[in-house]
Amino acid sequence: MDFVWYRIGMEAKTLFDKIWDKHIVAAEPGCPSVLYIDLHLIHEVTSPQAFQGLRARGLRVRRPDRTVATMDHIIPTVSPGFPIVDPVARRMLAELEANCKESGIPLFGIGDPRQGIVHVIGPELGLTQPGKTIVCGDSHTSTHGALGALAFGIGTSEVEHVLATQCLLQHKPKTFEVRVEGRLQPGVAAKDIILALIARLGVAGGTGHVFEFAGSTIRGLDIDDRLTICNMSIEGGARAGTIAADDTAFQYLAGKPFAPTGAAWDAALEKWQELHTDEGAVFDKRFELEAASLEPMISYGTNPGMTAPVTARIPDPDSISDPAQKNALAKALAYMGFIPGGPLLGHPVDVVFIGSCTNGRLADLRAAAGVLKGRKVSPKVRTLVVPGSQKVKSEAEAEGLDKIFLAAGAEWRNPGCSMCLAMNGDEIAPGQYCVSTSNRNFEGRQGKGGRTLLASPLTAAASAILGAIADVRRFY
Amino acid sequence: MNFTSRIVPLPNENVDTDQIIPARYLKTTSKEGLGKALFADWRYDSQGNPRPDFILNRAEMAGARVLLAGDNFGCGSSREHAPWALADYGFKAIISTSFADIFKNNALKNGLLPIVVDKEVHARLLRHSGEVAIDLETQTLTLEDGASIHFAIDPFSKKCLLEGIDELGYLLALTTQITNYEQGLSD
Repeated sequence: MDFVWYRIGMEAKTLFDKIWDKHIVAAEPGCPSVLYIDLHLIHEVTSPQAFQGLRARGLRVRRPDRTVATMDHIIPTVSPGFPIVDPVARRMLAELEANCKESGIPLFGIGDPRQGIVHVIGPELGLTQPGKTIVCGDSHTSTHGALGALAFGIGTSEVEHVLATQCLLQHKPKTFEVRVEGRLQPGVAAKDIILALIARLGVAGGTGHVFEFAGSTIRGLDIDDRLTICNMSIEGGARAGTIAADDTAFQYLAGKPFAPTGAAWDAALEKWQELHTDEGAVFDKRFELEAASLEPMISYGTNPGMTAPVTARIPDPDSISDPAQKNALAKALAYMGFIPGGPLLGHPVDVVFIGSCTNGRLADLRAAAGVLKGRKVSPKVRTLVVPGSQKVKSEAEAEGLDKIFLAAGAEWRNPGCSMCLAMNGDEIAPGQYCVSTSNRNFEGRQGKGGRTLLASPLTAAASAILGAIADVRRFY
Repeated sequence: MNFTSRIVPLPNENVDTDQIIPARYLKTTSKEGLGKALFADWRYDSQGNPRPDFILNRAEMAGARVLLAGDNFGCGSSREHAPWALADYGFKAIISTSFADIFKNNALKNGLLPIVVDKEVHARLLRHSGEVAIDLETQTLTLEDGASIHFAIDPFSKKCLLEGIDELGYLLALTTQITNYEQGLSD
């Protein structure tokens, strides 16, 4: 007799599928799935209207114990306790405080040692864990996927949905494997990997998909670097970005304030070890990148896809046949004040910003300090170093990184989103060039008329020293 | 949802949420009145006066409720202030060859209809000056010359828009299932 084994429920699954399938509360035909949210992170910009909506309907927050709040976007970074001059900003922060108090949501706000950029504090507190569904009213929520979570940004209406029901309506996205193999060359950072990927795929390359980053290069990265890569998944159009948790991730999480301990840790670890893509699982799309061929990158245009190696020349619209793309490039270069065909290297810069949820962690500060040690920033450049959280700040100070930055002539600031999106007074003036370790170079992002040049902390530090777009490899 | 409007052409590709509404306008605790900030940095000069060459400032565009946008409209931030600004300004529909995921989701939640068309139709609409009639029930765009174009929309979003179904209401009705799910969790 022949046995036919029905492999029901035994088909090879991707990491994404495993997490998705475990979180379905309901899935009626013709409707988006109802997904349970394990962790809801909130901040002062996208939550006020959501709480108002809840109050208007007489609803309570369903799971304050699955909600964590911080203050990051509009707070000053000048120094601890610096007054908030803007009355609207003060009102938003006061509303967050009142909302959290009323609902019993823990708030790591101004003055709290756990305060920081929301996507920096989640992982460092061990709130972000493998297999969790995590959402926040902020598109860079994709960051948390670096610890094997399914994490994505939502709008304020959805913030209201999650507050009220701990659930979200979601159409199931497709899967996209990005495999990175080989060894990064000296001077090439994790930031350059994701910038190079988006340059190749375009800013809509991942639309409708969740990235999973895999391969030997990814496995060799520490958690801070993995967070950088997942952070910019959204810039490639993806819904989320994930990296399966491994020993590096487990070691990172062990002992973190909100990580499980004792028997609970052992049980969690057992589950987490299953959270990887199965051999033979099929992705909807795939892409491969050779790490060894990558160079330090810098953006030249007005979206994160418009980047090139620092050694490249500014592209020429005349070399593009598609009229829409030709036009888009011409417009971008005009905004940036760049001449086609000219070199990127050596172009003067006015400001350097090291920080943000992309590159505001200890590893990023160590990288920048390594270049700045014993050197001085150009007197023509304003250099701002903004640690991503109070914890990162204290750890950096314990290692003396702050002294390196100050001795170099840079400013050492207090944690917050700061110049990434210039909501708090940290901004650049019209026409100023800023090499920034943040994630978006859209027109006016860092200040009306401001010209953002996205780069890694290494490239940013080198550029601060030379007062111009620089190749960090010349310092090696 | 059935209305007629002239089209405002804004064919730039990859119009991001910082252009739709710059971050400084996100300093608000309200959803109202954001129409003034729509495309602020393109619409106004440094003195705050309307730029005569920006499409929205042209006299013939006054009262228009349909935006014809370039590919990947709404990329960037999850800020729902972007569709709030568009809706407050008066837009009821946006036509493009593609939308960024989060923006599309947010738009649908605010009665702002994102309509995806292919390249040929998009080019045709760009050449067409005059009015278009949009009917969500029949999922058609009708041009002044009578030409009728079908557009796709997911059935759930269509139902919500047509029947005024509130998604939060839909979720709240599932309280029992949510509780069951929570009870099944080991943590």
